[in-house]
Amino acid sequence: MTATIGSRMLRKEDPKLLTGEGKYIDDIHAPGELWMGMVRSTMGHATIASIDTSEAEQMPGVHSVWTGASLTEAGLCAAPLPCAWPVTEDMVNPAHLPVAVSEAKHVGDIVAVVLADSRYGAADAAEKVIVDYEPLPAVGSLEAAVADEVMAHSDLGSNKAFHWPLIPDPEGTEKAFAEAAHTVSAKFVQQRLIPAPMEPRGCMAIPSPAGGEVTFYSATQVPHILKVMIAATTGIAESKIRVIAPAVGGGFGGKLNVDADAILSCSLANHLGLPVRWTESRTEAAGSSHQGRGQIQHIEAAADADGKITSVKVHLDADMGAYMMLITPGVPLLGSFLYTGVYDIPNLSFTCDGWFTNMTPTDAYRGAGRPEASYAIERIMDMMALEVGITPEEIRARNYIAGGEKFENYDAASTLVFDSGHYRPAHDRALEMAKVADLRAEQARRRDAGEAKQLGIGMCTYVEICGLAPSRALGGLNYGAGGWEHATVRLLPTGKVEVVSGSTPHGQGHETAWSQIIADKMGVDPNDVEVLHSDTAKSPLGLDTYGSRSLAVGGVAIAMAADKVIEKAKLIAAHQFEAAPEDVEFESGSFSVAGTPAKSVHIQELGFAAFAAHDLPDGMEPNLQEQVSFDPPNFAFPFGTHVAVVEIDTGTGGVELIDYVAVDDCGTQVNPLIVEGQVHGGIVQGAAQALFEVANYDEDGNITNPSFMDYLVPSAAEMPSIQLDSTVTPSTSNPLGVKGVGEAGTIGSAAAVINAICDGLSPYGVTDMEMPATPQRVWQAINNSNGGAA
Amino acid sequence: MIPAAFDYTVAESADHAIQLLGEYGDEAKLLAGGHSLIPMMKYRLATPTQLIDVGRLDDLSYIRRDNGHIAIGAMTKHAQLETSDVLAADCPMLQHVAALVGDPSVRHRGTLGGTLAHSDPASDLPAAVLALGGTIVAKGPNGQREIASSEFFTGYFESVLAEDEMIVEVKVPAGTAGWNYQKFNRRAQDWAIVGVAVADGGAGISLVNMGSTPIRATAAEEALAGGASIADAAALAAQDTDPPEDLNADGEYRAHLARVLTQRALEAANG
Ligand SMILES: Cc1cc2nc3c(=O)[nH]c(=O)nc-3n(C[C@H](O)[C@H](O)[C@H](O)COP(=O)(O)OP(=O)(O)OC[C@H]3O[C@@H](n4cnc5c(N)ncnc54)[C@H](O)[C@@H]3O)c2cc1C
Repeated sequence: MTATIGSRMLRKEDPKLLTGEGKYIDDIHAPGELWMGMVRSTMGHATIASIDTSEAEQMPGVHSVWTGASLTEAGLCAAPLPCAWPVTEDMVNPAHLPVAVSEAKHVGDIVAVVLADSRYGAADAAEKVIVDYEPLPAVGSLEAAVADEVMAHSDLGSNKAFHWPLIPDPEGTEKAFAEAAHTVSAKFVQQRLIPAPMEPRGCMAIPSPAGGEVTFYSATQVPHILKVMIAATTGIAESKIRVIAPAVGGGFGGKLNVDADAILSCSLANHLGLPVRWTESRTEAAGSSHQGRGQIQHIEAAADADGKITSVKVHLDADMGAYMMLITPGVPLLGSFLYTGVYDIPNLSFTCDGWFTNMTPTDAYRGAGRPEASYAIERIMDMMALEVGITPEEIRARNYIAGGEKFENYDAASTLVFDSGHYRPAHDRALEMAKVADLRAEQARRRDAGEAKQLGIGMCTYVEICGLAPSRALGGLNYGAGGWEHATVRLLPTGKVEVVSGSTPHGQGHETAWSQIIADKMGVDPNDVEVLHSDTAKSPLGLDTYGSRSLAVGGVAIAMAADKVIEKAKLIAAHQFEAAPEDVEFESGSFSVAGTPAKSVHIQELGFAAFAAHDLPDGMEPNLQEQVSFDPPNFAFPFGTHVAVVEIDTGTGGVELIDYVAVDDCGTQVNPLIVEGQVHGGIVQGAAQALFEVANYDEDGNITNPSFMDYLVPSAAEMPSIQLDSTVTPSTSNPLGVKGVGEAGTIGSAAAVINAICDGLSPYGVTDMEMPATPQRVWQAINNSNGGAA
Repeated sequence: MIPAAFDYTVAESADHAIQLLGEYGDEAKLLAGGHSLIPMMKYRLATPTQLIDVGRLDDLSYIRRDNGHIAIGAMTKHAQLETSDVLAADCPMLQHVAALVGDPSVRHRGTLGGTLAHSDPASDLPAAVLALGGTIVAKGPNGQREIASSEFFTGYFESVLAEDEMIVEVKVPAGTAGWNYQKFNRRAQDWAIVGVAVADGGAGISLVNMGSTPIRATAAEEALAGGASIADAAALAAQDTDPPEDLNADGEYRAHLARVLTQRALEAANG
């Protein structure tokens, strides 16, 4: 056996992907295909007075041009795009039609669709559609939405979409603040971010005019959810829809939505009997693909004289954008439970108001609500440390759950139960790896010498919620679906193993990880395992990939299904041995009778026996195929300590991240190589929020940086060589002890980097820094300070 | 991100390209490395209907010594400047600046003639040629002319080049005396928010992204020539500039950067 749970097996997916054999959406074509070209609103908020499609219709290669009105007339624009998470009974949810009919609500809102025989032809014709807009006042910022003077939706009397509270103990919270020796408060802005996967969004719907079926290819994270939602929205029978996610080049949340393109391509293809496809351009993505974050956080913390935190109060204003997408309103709530972080804080008060703006809708983006929460608590801990007069390390040490010792089943103030944790070892290891003591000495030297380049050291000790999710918990939050995952394991007649995965990879390496789980459980070579996924015809049941759930829910389902196969195989082995099943042992893939190890049979040899069914135990069904739908009893709570070291050029305001240490604990690791890859990417994505990325809007709702020239996604050149280590505290929420690691890096890194910058600038009296910490912002902070040398 | 339709012709020689420019008039654009023109076409900020590809004219790709100068063919790529032995020995500043343009794939496509013709005040090499006191050799239907770099740039993406003229060569004086280039940006592949090129110990100081063209920091140059300290001269670096404002920087911050970077460049050049 070469690879089992815990080995650094190279990814099975990679040879194909790295040699260009991966088939992405743009590699797949169908005869007669038509390309959609979207005509998108150029106004943040406007009445659509008229649309002239006549010139566009005359362009070469154009099949037809559709407006909201003509689609409605043909019955193709009847149902709005779905929102699956009405967070309160009275949540306002304005109809979000795939194509706007009378009013455009954000730049990028679709107002017409061109169908042409080429992508370029569709783009040329889309330019010739003349839309007469009558501008309406627009809400171009969250602040403007909260002011509630200008309305994002003309027919609504307020921009407020909902108010959601989580205050388990209101009196306790008030009392804690009244009795506090120290209080600090802050306002943090979580700027809007654009998910920027390597492969942009794209799709193709292929109808079968006689049979009435639609095969829908999409660069999606969620083929199973899409199937249900396409059926619900278009009226095409669910049983007639097959959704296939081919190779998908990343998503980061940006590909988990039910976007207009899915509904339009399926409806038009079904209506016309022709394949209809779409690939977005990057600029198009910047204004129409949902964005992440978009929150203003008001946070207060109370502490006793020793810096022991007694309560945290949070009010969140969350920018929904122009419409509710699939889980838009739920994203800030996913963070609500984490505002007490890794600390034993007895009281929490959390309220959230959702607001409409005339900007691109927001929705899940790597971490979805948890990076925001982690940022706020980790920044306020540093602020409290300053207030109390102790170091950031010390205030954390004084507040850890269980004093930093190992614990299981901790009742958090938020009402959640943390499965397991052991916070101090990661803390100590990270400080040691970063050589924080030496760095502090060097920092002091540079300060004394008045050098232009100053050092800053920041830490973040995070916890997050993974393994979405126990279905009952989701029900309690009014989410419109469950959180289980489905798996099938088949032992084929030739002894090979086929695994059907309900969770759908878009770059994570499920094929490798699932093969390792099977290899470990069944004692087979991981290369004897084939993983089927991402096609609803092959894998009809599943809830896909987001919220760091694949391993902690889907991987566990695989392991449980394998156990069931082994159990049945054991009965066949016992029958062959003419022994009682209780006397049969299973080890490294072989069954044998206790005490007579010479007589044994490998599980792979039983595949044929089960298939031929010539001599099975009485009453046993042929074949070795078992299914499991696993609904986790609890979430899993990974954690870790990150340390960021920055060098700040006080002359220019430039910040360079010169070292980064992360010690993460995601429970049992199936493949440390994959874990490290996830952590690396995650850290860069969080550091990108801290230093580089922001979707900028002007007051009219125009996005002012819709290209990679101005929307600064960092490259390897901007990042230090990241130092990683890990601790292992198995989860108690599942039999594998796994927790999930897809988002951890992002959840830890933004706060670590900003804490480092604030630490570096503390001699200048700087206590906070808005993200992204642009050189101009940093220079201004230095310049505005009393001690400013700039 | 999808360009409008256009026709494409491969020029057989500089003269052929110039002849085609004459025929097509303002419908046409020369295509060199395409790393400025193609992005503008993808955004439909430029919609030429005729592209004349001069990027394959290998006889315009050379770096050679020429009578106290270095002559560089217009189609020489940034990567060739970066790895040139001639430049390493006789004009290390140009070599150094070329290595800081964009990323490796940009440097393997972009050309010296293209970046000068494009006349982007945020570009690196035009400012370097300006600080060095270089000359641009342009060819038109009526023959060739030499244009001092100080006379070449006239405004945002504008130069004195006529519609039917093509840059064929760039000349810079050989010289290894105190030089430095300070490029301040946020990501390695980005254009400078502000850049400062110092040649000849400070006799030539030019600024990137401090106006509508690359400009000389004349006040600082004169103060230095008059015996002022580096700090005092650098304090004048932003004088008479009209810096652009964008998402990265407002005018005040750019002026500050010009002063700080000029001081650093002068100190390094004279260190
Ligand atoms: C991602 C990216 C990053 C970049 N970063 C930087 C950077 O950091 N610094 C920097 O300075 N530049 C940068 N650039 C620009 C790059 O250096 C360009 O290649 C260069 O500015 C233009 O050269 P080109 O040969 O590509 O010209 P083209 O794009 O082919 O042409 C540009 C213009 O010049 C005209 N033209 C071309 N050649 C001639 C000629 N011989 N005579 C007359 N007109 C001509 C064309 O008609 C066109 O109008 C970057 C580009 C990209 C895509």
